[in-house]
Amino acid sequence: QKTSGKLSENLTGLVTKAKLDDAILDQIEEALIISDLGPATAAQIRETLSKTRFEKNPTDDAVRHIIADEIESILAPVAVPLEIDAFPRPQVILVIGVNGSGKTTTIAKLAHNYIEEDYGVMLAAGDTFRAAAIGQLQNWAERIGVPIIAGKEGGDAASIVYDGVKKCTQDGTDILIVDTAGRLQNKSELMDELAKIRKVLGRLNPAAPHNVILVLDATTGQNALSQIEIFGKVANVTGLVMTKLDGTARGGILVAAAKQFGLPIHAIGIGETMHDLKPFNARELAEAIAGISDIEND
Amino acid sequence: MFDKLSDRLGGVFDRLRGRGALNEQDVLLAMREVRVALLEADVALPVVKEFVDGVTQLAIGQQVLKSVAPGQQVVKIVNDALISILGGETSGLNLAVTPPAVIMMVGLQGSGKTTTTAKIAKRLKEKERKKVMMASLDVNRPAAQEQLEILGKQIDVATLPIVAGQLPVDIAKRAMQAAKLQAFDVLLLDTAGRLHVDTALMAEMKAIAEIGKPQETLLVVDSLTGQDAVNVAKNFSDEVNLTGIVLTRMDGDARGGAALSMRTVTGQPIKFAGVGEKMDALEEFNPERVAGRILGMGDVVGLVERASEII
Ligand SMILES: Nc1nc2c(ncn2[C@@H]2O[C@H](COP(=O)(O)OP(=O)(O)OP(=O)(O)O)[C@@H](O)[C@H]2O)c(=O)[nH]1
Ligand SMILES: Nc1nc2c(ncn2[C@@H]2O[C@H](COP(=O)(O)OP(=O)(O)OP(=O)(O)O)[C@@H](O)[C@H]2O)c(=O)[nH]1
Ligand SMILES: [Mg+2]
Ligand SMILES: [Mg+2]
Repeated sequence: QKTSGKLSENLTGLVTKAKLDDAILDQIEEALIISDLGPATAAQIRETLSKTRFEKNPTDDAVRHIIADEIESILAPVAVPLEIDAFPRPQVILVIGVNGSGKTTTIAKLAHNYIEEDYGVMLAAGDTFRAAAIGQLQNWAERIGVPIIAGKEGGDAASIVYDGVKKCTQDGTDILIVDTAGRLQNKSELMDELAKIRKVLGRLNPAAPHNVILVLDATTGQNALSQIEIFGKVANVTGLVMTKLDGTARGGILVAAAKQFGLPIHAIGIGETMHDLKPFNARELAEAIAGISDIEND
Repeated sequence: MFDKLSDRLGGVFDRLRGRGALNEQDVLLAMREVRVALLEADVALPVVKEFVDGVTQLAIGQQVLKSVAPGQQVVKIVNDALISILGGETSGLNLAVTPPAVIMMVGLQGSGKTTTTAKIAKRLKEKERKKVMMASLDVNRPAAQEQLEILGKQIDVATLPIVAGQLPVDIAKRAMQAAKLQAFDVLLLDTAGRLHVDTALMAEMKAIAEIGKPQETLLVVDSLTGQDAVNVAKNFSDEVNLTGIVLTRMDGDARGGAALSMRTVTGQPIKFAGVGEKMDALEEFNPERVAGRILGMGDVVGLVERASEII
């Protein structure tokens, strides 16, 4: 009986329901573009919504929820937490990305979270290039209370990472998080260095690095797609973290990325302290893009 | 990944060809392609709208309709309009004051302020024989002050000695005093990265500006920036008297539409482009080249020349 009741409800719904008009669809498309989904993805979502039936004269709020639903359905499959399950230990997490995207800070946040969960964590200062990059990571390691393996500025990143894995294996440390120098994806010699780090790691443990995390800055526009594509090819990216979502940028490029690459999105950064990382939540980002609610630090 | 605008426009006009003269409607159709090209290049939507409206008027008023190569003609009009907005007034640093001339660097986190501070210092020292000092007012990011100190050593430029625990405003005062006492020509103030919506940090930036009375306040912007460029540009220029923009990471493969957004929203010239991590990787901004990039065409100049020959 319940079923038939529901069915008739749906049927009457169909009769009275209308489609969104072009003016509303235009507005939706523009809102999506402003959130950095890019013109192509925004047009696709517009197309999907144009075929959907709605209440006649839907309220602003109802339209926003429909947009959020559509975006959530794209993002939900890629909302995947970063699991610590490597055997043998350590689980090696390599963190890569373009300059200034937030790699080092994200590493500090991850380390802090894992320490809270009682894992043993070690950091490796694989950015031997940028001025005071090692000092920055050392400073974080001290604050969080985790050991760090570091060499000299200008030294060989791969050999530091190699030493890090050996040390973790000896000490029974669960997780080794590796910082790397920022690099633009079109610089082939710098990208080769990443491939080298991968190779050296693989010699110690064929499964390492277990995770290769590409850190994307939410402020970045369409170039993020090129970053995912090229870093993906060179370094076998296994997942994404998006930083700086505490600003006004909405990170809509993740929607385009989810459609195009389907890579897991692990977490988002929402501030500069070690407490400002939270798991990626598809609904939350969808609501932020649809303008229903902001991303909160909870 | 992206189509060239010229190809797209060629497509639009080819479809219309053989139907006789093109009309206003055809130009509007072409402008839809221009809009998408600009959006793909990350030009901010409100800026795209304003730009496309302006260019549409221009295009309709010109000879596009009669041209034998209307696609290229439209590209030329769009390209010229882009260059004229991106270029505008002259863009060198204006340091003609009783020394020390103060340059304050501001911007979002990780945009490239510290690196650019050192690059500009090196340039002033070597090209203009100025006596330069740099001071980091960044007490937020771990090792930020050390970063500037190391860069200072690399380029042989003085940095204000680090005093642990001092607040940015006090560091600014100390820097001013030191620069005056030691007769520096230029004092560069590197500030912490801040979000344009962080009221506390924006207030701090204003307080620093009060003390430094900077001759130049440069907003450092990542050329990879997307649609958020308008918010950033607007909030920063509402809070301090910006005098120019520096676009960093122009050595990447981004189309760099943020350049147009920044230029339009702040009204300030783009003074430099960062083209790498090394201390020499700073160039004067080149509007022609950037216009070509935004339109997705390295060969815009050649294309435009060919178009001009035809007309
Ligand atoms: N507001 C905000 N700032 C962030 C976030 N994550 C990082 N930052 C800031 O962004 C700036 C750059 O962060 P880093 O962690 O040094 O970036 P990186 O990718 O390691 O940079 P390079 O090593 O130079 O390539 C710093 O000022 C950080 O405090 C975030 O989620 N929100
Ligand atoms: N490829 C490239 N990298 C750059 C450029 N300018 C700066 N960088 C790099 O970008 C990263 C961040 O630069 P910083 O100068 O530390 O940025 P910042 O704005 O001072 O960062 P915060 O102080 O944390 O806000 C570093 O890895 C720099 O080497 C550039 O023009 N091209
Ligand atoms: Mg780093
Ligand atoms: Mg800095």
